[in-house]
Amino acid sequence: METIRAVSLTKTYGQGELAVTALSDVSITVDSGEVAALLGPSGSGKSTLLTALGLISLPDSGSLWLEGRQVLRDGRPVGDLAKVRRERIGFVFQKSNLIPFLTARENVSLALEINDRKGREVQARVEALLRYLDLGERMDHTPDELSGGQQQRVAIARALATSPAMILADEPTAALDSVRGRNVMELLRRVAREQRTAVVVVTHDHRTLDVFDTIHEMADGRFVEPSVDAASAS
Amino acid sequence: MNLAWKDVAHQKLRFLATAAGLGLLFAIVLAMGGIYQGMIDDATLLVEAAGGDLWLVQRDTRGPFAERSVVPLDLEQRARVVPGVQWSRAFTTTTLQRSHRGQRLRATVVGLSWPDPPPIALEQGRPLRVGHGELIADLSLGLALGERLTLGGDEYVVVGTMRGVLASSGDGVIYVTNQDCARLQSYQPPEAVRQAREARQQQIEALPLAVGAPLRRQVGEQDLTAGLLAQPMVQAVVVKLAPGYSHEQVKARLAGWTDVTVWSTEEQRQLLLQGVVDKARQQIGLFRGLLAIVSGILVALIIYSMTAAKTREISLLKLMGARTRVVVAMVLQQSLMLTGLGYAMALLVARVAFPAFPRRVVVGTEDLLLGAAGVVLLALVASAAAIARALRIPPTTILAG
Repeated sequence: METIRAVSLTKTYGQGELAVTALSDVSITVDSGEVAALLGPSGSGKSTLLTALGLISLPDSGSLWLEGRQVLRDGRPVGDLAKVRRERIGFVFQKSNLIPFLTARENVSLALEINDRKGREVQARVEALLRYLDLGERMDHTPDELSGGQQQRVAIARALATSPAMILADEPTAALDSVRGRNVMELLRRVAREQRTAVVVVTHDHRTLDVFDTIHEMADGRFVEPSVDAASAS
Repeated sequence: MNLAWKDVAHQKLRFLATAAGLGLLFAIVLAMGGIYQGMIDDATLLVEAAGGDLWLVQRDTRGPFAERSVVPLDLEQRARVVPGVQWSRAFTTTTLQRSHRGQRLRATVVGLSWPDPPPIALEQGRPLRVGHGELIADLSLGLALGERLTLGGDEYVVVGTMRGVLASSGDGVIYVTNQDCARLQSYQPPEAVRQAREARQQQIEALPLAVGAPLRRQVGEQDLTAGLLAQPMVQAVVVKLAPGYSHEQVKARLAGWTDVTVWSTEEQRQLLLQGVVDKARQQIGLFRGLLAIVSGILVALIIYSMTAAKTREISLLKLMGARTRVVVAMVLQQSLMLTGLGYAMALLVARVAFPAFPRRVVVGTEDLLLGAAGVVLLALVASAAAIARALRIPPTTILAG
């Protein structure tokens, strides 16, 4: 089932001679349960595409559907995009970007509380998620008391808390060693399979490409033929 | 989950130190208001304590609190028989500065009618029982019950003490009988008498013999009799109206006397305030206003810095789709917590330190409530810039690495 469909996304930074085309007529579809990689050198437009898919930084033109509902029409928002982000999209970053003054449990709860979900049911879900990600013993620790890998797992738990349709991850293994990096990627794939979540990952890490179902490579703001495909990577 | 509280709890010491600094600033703002109110209370205390409705003072003067005023000795009796007058009492006051037990004793002496003194709220001891040689002193003067001291060449004993009875100068008050007050007013130390006599003699000797000789004889007689014949000077007479009598009616009748001017107690009070504390009020008001502005700027800067330090967290919240009110509430709540804690610390400082101030600091419930309202307003206004900044933070900031 199609989770996200983006059609003809275009984004240009600057004007005149200084204009840089970050996205040029890019279209992509990701199904539920699919784990898609965005590869490409720096400046190729993959992070711009990720922020466009995440409704954070809007394209100049193009349309976007999430779970069959149009959320962007010709680059303009259709409805409350913050609400869509809040309820249907989870984010994982290069650094865990946990809130330093909250414990692991509170960081995950936050995603639910900003959706006005509170009470015992929330706590039960948060604990279940943290246990699912092997963090049952570290729930009441603040980020500075957790290792990099543990922090990234808390960030994944936070992204999963609202049962989103899609998780967008921007180089989630960049700050981790190879073993922890692979663990995180395998965790994302497990989540995609078990929760039927579409996962889009911007990565430079070729060691984990076997985890992905599809690989999209970008150069100069458009998709190019992948230099490596998922099947050969595995 | 309260994000503001969680953040504060995460950096308790820093937050407490900041609140303590603000608390001291707020305490100074409170003190400024309290000192001003204390000056008003002190300035008007003697007028209030006299307990009358009208003041009879020397004709064409504004009374003893503004300028020299001397009224006839029989004015007290004359006023007493006017219809509508419940009682009348002579009012005398003077200041004294003496060395006592090796320390400077500076006080405002007020005379009480004798043998019918008005009631006085005593901390310890008893009212005056004899017409001479007893006094009641404010505790700020450091005089103990039963202590003896020499004033105006006579020995006085402290028979009672009072608390918080101060004159407009801030000096403690001593109550004696009117007669004793008059003695203290006219008393001159022997050395001063001798020097004055020598000065007069030198002036007379410089005159031609025909003019100087009769004067020399008069001066000698004056020296002999001056102390004996010194008349007690009454500065004003305080009149209390009988129930059922019109203020204007009695005032109009007394104002018809050619040797007095009649002021109401409120007019005396206003004269005192305008004369004694008006400039101080303006000065303190200005200083207080400046301090309030400084406090506002400081709170705004602190809240702005606290918000700027949370740029990534705010960006993350926005990226996660948090509503604007979540971000605004976090900034506002921290501002309120900071100023609220600061104000609580200011109240603590006020409670501990203000009683030790050399002048009375009066902070009433109304002042405290106004202060609390001011602090809330300050927190709201000071948060404006920080909120504006928080709302401008783009959600993409968190992606910048």
